Amino acid sequence: MTSVDLSVNIAGLKLKNPVIAASGTCGYGRELAEFFDLNRLGGISVKGLTLEPRMGNRPPRIAETPAGILNSVGLQNPGLDAFIREELPFLRTLDTVKIVNIAGNTPEEYCLLAERLSACDIDAIELNVSCPNVKEGGISFGKSPEGVKRIVSQVKPFCGKKPLIVKLTPNVTDIGEIALAAQDGGADAVSLINTLLGMAIDIYSRRPILGNNFGGLSGPAVKSIAVRMVYEVSRRVKIPVIGMGGIVKGEDAIEFMLAGASAVMVGTGTLVYPDACLKVLEGIKDYLEKTGHKSCHDIIGKLRLW
Amino acid sequence: MSRQLTGRVIENRQIGQDVFKITVESELVSQNALPGQFANVRCGRGLTPLLRRPFSICSVDREKGSFDLGYQVRGEGTRLLSETAPGSQLDFIAPLGKPFSACGGFDRIAVVGGGIGVFPLLFLLQIFKCRESSAFLGFRSSEQAVLLDEFSRHSGRLVISTDDGSLGEKGLVTRAFERELDKRAFDMIYACGPVPMLKEVGRIADERGLKCQVSLEQRMGCGIGVCYVCACKVKRQGKEEYLRTCREGPVFWSREVVWDD
Ligand SMILES: Cc1cc2nc3c(=O)[nH]c(=O)nc-3n(C[C@H](O)[C@H](O)[C@H](O)COP(=O)(O)OP(=O)(O)OC[C@H]3O[C@@H](n4cnc5c(N)ncnc54)[C@H](O)[C@@H]3O)c2cc1C
Ligand SMILES: Cc1cc2nc3c(=O)[nH]c(=O)nc-3n(C[C@H](O)[C@H](O)[C@H](O)COP(=O)(O)O)c2cc1C
Ligand code: FES
Repeated sequence: MTSVDLSVNIAGLKLKNPVIAASGTCGYGRELAEFFDLNRLGGISVKGLTLEPRMGNRPPRIAETPAGILNSVGLQNPGLDAFIREELPFLRTLDTVKIVNIAGNTPEEYCLLAERLSACDIDAIELNVSCPNVKEGGISFGKSPEGVKRIVSQVKPFCGKKPLIVKLTPNVTDIGEIALAAQDGGADAVSLINTLLGMAIDIYSRRPILGNNFGGLSGPAVKSIAVRMVYEVSRRVKIPVIGMGGIVKGEDAIEFMLAGASAVMVGTGTLVYPDACLKVLEGIKDYLEKTGHKSCHDIIGKLRLW
Repeated sequence: MSRQLTGRVIENRQIGQDVFKITVESELVSQNALPGQFANVRCGRGLTPLLRRPFSICSVDREKGSFDLGYQVRGEGTRLLSETAPGSQLDFIAPLGKPFSACGGFDRIAVVGGGIGVFPLLFLLQIFKCRESSAFLGFRSSEQAVLLDEFSRHSGRLVISTDDGSLGEKGLVTRAFERELDKRAFDMIYACGPVPMLKEVGRIADERGLKCQVSLEQRMGCGIGVCYVCACKVKRQGKEEYLRTCREGPVFWSREVVWDD
């Protein structure tokens, strides 16, 4: 029996705890289920989905950096139809909040995805306007406040009753402004950060390690940037904020929650420890118990600046 | 099914220039691992290096409940692994990946290995019982030539090539292999090593209509199939697609691999 209430509410969704597996690092859940009971998660955000199947980028698609990784997967996925046919039946069996992360080349593609998914047995849609690894679409919508407001307001009506979470890129000058634009466009929540654009070079071959030349940086290396951005965004918007970037243990998650995140996502951590989400969850619980708090809500946004 | 495990390091010893063999206690891996499968090992304890490192399972001891990995020191991860003391705990996920195919109960097999690619082939020879087996191994020089006693114990015929001629035949292992094919028939070829070697073995097998499986290396993230970074391009039914080296591989039919990706 746990004495603390770990549940949180985001945009009308009740999560049994604030820990969500981040998109792109948990596949569609099946493989991870071999390592732990996915029903213990607050939620799961599945691999970025596009209307048509995508092959993804040329390998190598990963490079290691100090305390982090660069990836350039490029949204490899089987497309919407195959997702509904082959992955959704498994996801539906899970008693956890199911979030589908979507990406498109055009506003129409985003709208179509949202429309089809709003009729599926899932809990929320995460609009990925922040993938640094594809040429068209994705991030091109996410870099300016106008672009974000426009795409969000176009997609929102197609989401039906499903909450729309907008995933933000850190590759901008003022992320608070972008978050505000998402809110104005009708977003029910924002999640951040996606990966930071980076590069790694093999000094002997004098070529980039990644086949795509550039990639997105994630892992503990980005944590302090992500915490700062979550803080900035939380101050600006009224909608809930989901924080991520380098979370590998409970204490990391607590930093994000104090900075204003109502829930957190764990990405790169899962690549190293398949059950990283559970470790993070245990750590959050320990912290709440140790500091004498009864619920997550006692600490969300409770940062005290100097 | 794979598990995240820890096991006691029984031994970790140098067996060649920059080449080590580590023996780790694990009942589960020793009983369940199949040739071609790998372990994804956490080589350090801190945040750098962050990722696990994949190594093919090189042999198992089912009685003692242990398994071996052979590895070459290349960078930070393998350097840290080489410093892991016997008695300490190793953190790994295993057994992972699709094993070599043994179906059909092949009569006469050939394994072709280059450099660190020889490790999974030893395990294969240990486990796959067939009437006749030949091993063709290539190394840069005699200092890198490892596990020769074990290979000669588990194979009917052992042919060694080195780039510099310091041991066995001078030249590429694929040449020795191709020559032997003129004299002898094989039902199945298994290969692991550098890509140019695998490509050549695949070509040779194809030319003669022989079945051939190769074990590939690719940079990995998770090793368990959730991140899609370990792409290998294959062609199936005329269609090219990227498969996960960690899940649908690391063993592929050579015919299907698109080498010049
Ligand atoms: C399925 C599989 C089986 C393998 N089996 C063996 C084996 O039995 N023995 C052995 O010595 N080596 C094996 N390798 C290669 C081994 O994983 C690399 O040599 C090792 O990861 C290098 O790590 P490092 O930190 O020393 O090198 P670094 O170059 O510092 O590593 C940097 C990053 O690149 C990755 N990387 C570097 N080289 C390779 C490579 N060749 N393949 C995949 N990732 C690489 C590392 O994992 C790490 O993420 C295998 C690789 C794969 C994919
Ligand atoms: C291999 C990999 C694939 C990813 N794929 C996606 C994706 O498809 N959609 C998305 O919105 N974010 C994707 N991300 C970003 C993560 O969800 C997360 O925002 C980012 O990695 C920061 O969190 P972390 O440091 O915990 O990994 C991916 C990240 C990685 C490492
Ligand atoms: S390494 Fe993550 S899917 Fe293969």
